[in-house]
Amino acid sequence: MSVATFIANSDLRTAISEQPTAARSVEILRFNTCGSVDDGKSTLIGRLLYDSKSLMEDQLEALERSADITGGGQVNLANLTDGLRAEREQGITIDVAYRYFATPRRKFIIADTPGHIQYTRNMVTGASTANLAVVLVDARAGVIEQSRRHTCLTALLRIPHLVVAVNKMDLVDWSEDRFNAIRADFEEFLPRLGIHDVKFIPISALHGDNLVEPSRHTPWYPGPTLLHHLETVHIGSDWNLNGFRLPVQWVNRPHNPTDARLHDFRGVSGQIAGGIVRRGQKVIVLPGGQATTVKEIHTHDGPLDEAFCPQSVTLLLEDDVDVSRGQMIVGTDQLPGGACDLRANVCWMHPRPLQAGKKYLLKHTTNTVQAAVTAIDHRLDISTFNREPAPASLALNDIGEIRLRTAKPVFFDAYESNRLTGSFILIEPGTHATVAAGMLHAPAEVIRPDATDFVI
Amino acid sequence: MPRGAPTGPRQRDPILAISVTPPCRGGAGTAAFFSTIRYDHVPPELHSVSYHLDHLQYLETEAIHIMREVAGEFERPALLFSGGKDSICLLRLAEKAFRPSDLPLPLLNVDTGHHFPELNTFRDHRAKELGAKLIIRTVEDAIAKGIAIPAPGEVSRNRLQIPTLLAAIEEFRFDCCIGGARRDEEKARAKERFFSFRDSFGQWDPKNQRPEIWNLYNARLNPGENMRVFPLSNWTELDVWEYIRRERLEVPTIYFSHRRACVRRQGQWLPVNDLQPPRPGEEVRELVVRVRTIGDIISTGLVESRADNVDDIITEIAAARVTERGSRADDKASEAAMEDRKKAGYF
Repeated sequence: MSVATFIANSDLRTAISEQPTAARSVEILRFNTCGSVDDGKSTLIGRLLYDSKSLMEDQLEALERSADITGGGQVNLANLTDGLRAEREQGITIDVAYRYFATPRRKFIIADTPGHIQYTRNMVTGASTANLAVVLVDARAGVIEQSRRHTCLTALLRIPHLVVAVNKMDLVDWSEDRFNAIRADFEEFLPRLGIHDVKFIPISALHGDNLVEPSRHTPWYPGPTLLHHLETVHIGSDWNLNGFRLPVQWVNRPHNPTDARLHDFRGVSGQIAGGIVRRGQKVIVLPGGQATTVKEIHTHDGPLDEAFCPQSVTLLLEDDVDVSRGQMIVGTDQLPGGACDLRANVCWMHPRPLQAGKKYLLKHTTNTVQAAVTAIDHRLDISTFNREPAPASLALNDIGEIRLRTAKPVFFDAYESNRLTGSFILIEPGTHATVAAGMLHAPAEVIRPDATDFVI
Repeated sequence: MPRGAPTGPRQRDPILAISVTPPCRGGAGTAAFFSTIRYDHVPPELHSVSYHLDHLQYLETEAIHIMREVAGEFERPALLFSGGKDSICLLRLAEKAFRPSDLPLPLLNVDTGHHFPELNTFRDHRAKELGAKLIIRTVEDAIAKGIAIPAPGEVSRNRLQIPTLLAAIEEFRFDCCIGGARRDEEKARAKERFFSFRDSFGQWDPKNQRPEIWNLYNARLNPGENMRVFPLSNWTELDVWEYIRRERLEVPTIYFSHRRACVRRQGQWLPVNDLQPPRPGEEVRELVVRVRTIGDIISTGLVESRADNVDDIITEIAAARVTERGSRADDKASEAAMEDRKKAGYF
C-alpha cells in the first residue's frame, strides 16, 4: 500500500476536524493491541494515528524513503513502530513500542506488542498497564489459537475492557453471519475467563470501516466505531478506590531547613496504590501495626482534604511512628493480607527456566525481599486453558501457578482486586535480570491489628 | 502464616507480630487462574463523586512516582538539566516529589560549547533559584584531557558529548541519571524503558532490555553499571507545553518568536553563527522564528513562527504537521542515528 492509497482511503480524516485543544482536561486511556502477524495490527495503528492527525509529514516522508530503499516501493506501516535497525532489517518487531495519539475527547497510549517471538513476555509487559485490550481477528480465519492466547492473557492480566476487532470484513463480503459466527466462537470460552466487558466490532483497518466513522457496509451493526468506543468506554472505576494503601517510597525530612516551621517536618511520600485517604482519618503502619492519624496530606501545591489512588502525596502523621521505605500505610477497613507464604500466577520472562527451590529477590510495591520458590503447582496452557499439574519447571513465556516463601512478610491484596498491591516481579540475584511477573492470589487471611498495639 | 487458621478468637501471628483473623472474602481455596470478581472497585457511596485524574495529573503522578523510586533505590543519582523545556518540567516534578526537602540529587549538564547562550543563562539562573547543586562538564575540557577526540574536520560536538557524559558519570560515581527524553520524540526512543539499563561501558542494548511490568521498576545494578531514568517517557510534546502552561513555568526566550539572521541549509533555517558562517552563495535572511527543540546552535533548525507566548505555542503544536525532531539535523543523519548514539552511551 502506498502512502497515496493510504491517504486516499482516509476520506474520513476530516471527521476529526477539531484539534485536541489543550485547555480541555481529558483522561488518558491506555490500550494494547494483540494480533497475529497478518491480522492488520500495524495498519490499524497507522490508521488511528493518521486519522487523528498524529502521523506527521516527516514520518510519512521517512516511510516513503524506506519504501523506496528497502520495500520495493511498498510502504510498510510497521516501520512506524519498528524503531530498531534490527527490526527493520529482519522485518520483525522485537520489543514493545509505545505510541501516542489524541482526540478532543481523550488521550491514548498504545502499547504495540509483537505478534510472534517472545509474545507472552511482551504482551504481559504491554498489558500490565492497559485499561483496554484490542484483540484483532482475521474475519477469514476466525478464532485461531493466537486469538485464544491473546484473550487468555487479557483475562489473566485483568485488563478491565476487551475489544474484539473482527478485521478484513471486506474480504468476507461484510457478512453478518460470519461476524456472528466469530462472536459466538468467542462467547463460548469467554465465561471461563471471567471477562465481563467485551465489545465486538466489525472493521476493515485498510479501508477505515468502523474505525472512526460508521461503515456504510455494515448497516446490520448498531454498535460504536472503534474510536468512539475508545473515547467513551468508562474507565473511572479501573483504579481500586476501596481500601487505602500507601506503599512508602521515601521519607521526606528536610536536613537544613531554613524555615523554622520545617524543623519538625517528617513526611511519608508515596503513590496511593488503593483507596482514598482523608485528613484526620486513622491509619495503620505495616508491618508494625501501629495505629495513628493523618495530620496533613501534603503536596507541593498545598495541603489536601483527601487524596485517592493513584495520586502521589506526602502524609504527615500525628504520632512519631517508625516509618521507612518498603513499609505500607493502610486504612482501618478493607485490610490487606500479610504473609510469608504466597501463591501466585507468574509469567516467566527469562531463558533460564524456573525450578522449584530457587531463590530470587521479590519486588512488591516499594518493598524488596528475598523469596524462595517452594513449589510449581501448575502450568497453564494458554491456548486450551488447561492446567498441567506439577511441571518440573517453567520456561520462557510459560504461565504457571507457584508458591513462594519470603524472608519477611509481604502485605498485599489479590491481584484481581488491586493490580498495584497484588503484583510483583522476581529479580535474579547476580545478573539482576527481571525474570518473572507475578499476580498474587487472594490472601488466606487478612491482618487484624491488635488494639493494644495502638500508639496513642 | 498457617493456612486455614481457626475461626473464633484472634490469634497472635509469630511473624507479623500482629493478630490475624480469617479472611472476609476469597481465601486459600481461590486458586483458580480465573475468578469472577467484577472490576467495580468504586464503593456505592462514591458513585456520584468523580475521583479521576486528567491527563496531566496522571502523567504527573506517574513521573513523581518514578522520581521517588530513584531517590529510594539509588545511592548517587543525578538529574540531567540542559535548560530545555523537557528538563524544565523534570525540575518542577522534582520539586513536587521532594519539597520541602532539598533536591536529593545534583543537576548535571554537559556543555558542548555550542549551546545557545540564552540556554546557559537560563540553566544557571534556574539552578540558583532552586538552590540546587549544578555540575557542568564541558566538551572543551574533555577534548583537552583527551577524553573526547574530535575526528579531523569534525565541527559538531554531538558525538563528543557522549564520552564527556560518561567521564562525568565516572568522576562522580553516579549510579543513575534522570533525563527528559520522551518516547514520542523518535522511534528508537519509543522502545525505551522508564529505567534504561546501561552496562559498564554506558551502552544500551535494545534487544536485551529488562521487561517493565506495572509500576515495578527493577533498579538493581552491579558495580560500574548505571541506569538512565526517563520520567517523561509517556509525555508528548503537547503535554510538555500544557504542563508548562498549567504550572506557569519559565522557559528560555528562544522558544518564543524573535527576529534572527538565518541561513538555509539542507532544507532548514539554521541560526547564523561564527562556528559555521554562511558560505558564498548561501541564502541568508532575517526571519521571525523560534526553536521547537534545542540542540547545538549549529544543528538546531528554526521554525518560522509568530508564537510569542505559551498559548500560541500550544495552538501551533496542535496544528503542526511535522514532528519536533524534524528540525534536528543530528537525527536526520540516518534512519538509525538516534539508536546508534544511544547504544554508544548518549542519553
